[in-house]
Amino acid sequence: MHPSDTHTPGETRLPPNADTGPLAWVTENLLSPWYNAILTVLACLILYGLLHPLYVWGIKNASFGTVCPSGHDGACWAFIRDMWPIFMVGTYPHEERWRIVIVLGVVILLALSLIFKKVRQWKPIWVLWALTPAVIFFLIRGGSITGLTQVSTSHWGGLMLTVMFAAVGMLFAFPISLCLALGRASDIPVIRAICVAYIELIRGVPLITLLFMASVVLPLFFPPEMEIDKLLRAQIGITLFFSAYLAENIRGGLQALPKGQEEAARALGMGYWQRMLLIVLPQALRIVIPPMVNSFIGILKDTSLVGIVGLVDLLQVVFAATANPKWLGHIEEAYVFVAIFYWFMCYGLSRYSQHLEKRYAVDNK
Amino acid sequence: MSHETTDENIIIEIKGVNKWYGKFHVLKDINLNVRKGEKVVVCGPSGSGKSTLIRAINYLETHEEGDIIVDGVKLVDDVKRIQKIQRDVGMVFQQFNLFPHLTVKTNVMLAPIWVKKSAKAKAEKRAMDLLDRVGIADQADKFPGQLSGGQQQRVAIARALAMDPKIMLFDEPTSALDPEMIKEVLDVMRELADQGMTMVCVTHEMGFAKEVADTMVFMDAGNIVEYSTAKEFFEHPKEERTRQFLEQILNH
Repeated sequence: MHPSDTHTPGETRLPPNADTGPLAWVTENLLSPWYNAILTVLACLILYGLLHPLYVWGIKNASFGTVCPSGHDGACWAFIRDMWPIFMVGTYPHEERWRIVIVLGVVILLALSLIFKKVRQWKPIWVLWALTPAVIFFLIRGGSITGLTQVSTSHWGGLMLTVMFAAVGMLFAFPISLCLALGRASDIPVIRAICVAYIELIRGVPLITLLFMASVVLPLFFPPEMEIDKLLRAQIGITLFFSAYLAENIRGGLQALPKGQEEAARALGMGYWQRMLLIVLPQALRIVIPPMVNSFIGILKDTSLVGIVGLVDLLQVVFAATANPKWLGHIEEAYVFVAIFYWFMCYGLSRYSQHLEKRYAVDNK
Repeated sequence: MSHETTDENIIIEIKGVNKWYGKFHVLKDINLNVRKGEKVVVCGPSGSGKSTLIRAINYLETHEEGDIIVDGVKLVDDVKRIQKIQRDVGMVFQQFNLFPHLTVKTNVMLAPIWVKKSAKAKAEKRAMDLLDRVGIADQADKFPGQLSGGQQQRVAIARALAMDPKIMLFDEPTSALDPEMIKEVLDVMRELADQGMTMVCVTHEMGFAKEVADTMVFMDAGNIVEYSTAKEFFEHPKEERTRQFLEQILNH
């Protein structure tokens, strides 16, 4: 008998001890009554049937060396090992790859600066943050004032390109979507109509169509001697697409905010921009962190559609590598690798979103 | 409605105001003057238009007909004028409407800094003085969600006072509070009244009204049914509808 079972009524005491260990938990939740035990066994069998072949192929019978022994039936991870640099940066020139390593370093520093509170609260960090995209861009491209060899965008590829499309898309789509969301909630009919039209038009069209439009139709609007970079055109398409979705996310946050918040700000004599920037948006954006990250994960995966207009992102480069005579036919390894890579990126984002939610949690009573 | 006062003493002038929500006529030919330093308590059954009336005074509600003149400025659809009036008229809401993402102190400092362009140090000192006055200086660095309803409402009063308003509007300030917290808010309002603030207050707290109000306004179905001094209102109500209302609210 538990000691707390003998107590005088009304006294303050600890909750009865419910923790009985993992074995008791399994017995209680998975094995009783009898039909739960059957379901548990069935589920385990199905899982085994699905995962065991994958294990045998990917780990047990696989070769992890630099060459594949002929005639074995497991996965040949040497393929991934050999092609790794190409997967990361596409056909970016071999002798210039050190620049990408520096870029990676900058990105890691950026991520660290976002994680540590002390660094975040250091005011000049904002200047550095604002400069990072430009630094990264010039490191990758080179040319002009940098004194580095210029690398044409036709050599940008692989994971680098995938991440760039998503990150640059986010960077530019966010301010556009803020304007669209505020415009859609505006009292001025013309502004509202323009924003609604934009959002509905872009949302009503698949990204693939937008990419085609951007790469085929957009150049028709410009004089023939003015050629816009193919990569830039795809980036514009992605940004426009993403901004419409983000705008709808943000609108959800604006509508979720109690009306009293804006009224209180008005009653204090605040103007429109003060109300929006100080009261409405800080709260609305917190509410929409999860759907915004959700959209971002979506767009990260959607960037794989740029293959359709001839750009070589992570998916395309991996797929192209299977056509290499040396590694002909290793298509399963290619797909499993790409799937795992995308999964880690998306899962990382999802965890970061949960962290942001906790950090900016507001008691919205 | 007759007033023995001269015109320059009138700070709020409401003339022939009508308002509709769609086809529903919420305010019907409202005429009401409020003098400087006067305490007006507006009461009436729910849906009588009393909240709409005081929200119209600082333009949180628009009206379709008639004029509202606050401190010599007529309310028209002009952003600059409306913001001037909103600066000069403080408002306390039934649901407090504090900004939950900002600390208590920042809630109070925000409008003086951004709207009146006060120096930060000066605004902070004033905020702390006001929080001290409403008795919650020790909670200044907490967030509104960590405070009780009564404390939140007192912060809301301090926030409105930080703009040095000429008039304070109270829209059922105690209706969302637990009974034991009503007194602490009414005490702050009483003190404010003693200092000569012009107040228009929608409330069901008849004890408070008896004690503080100069003038009672009783509304029903969008009309001002009775307008009289507090003494007359409670001792000799003229209208049958007022007597019914008082009987219900005082003997519950």
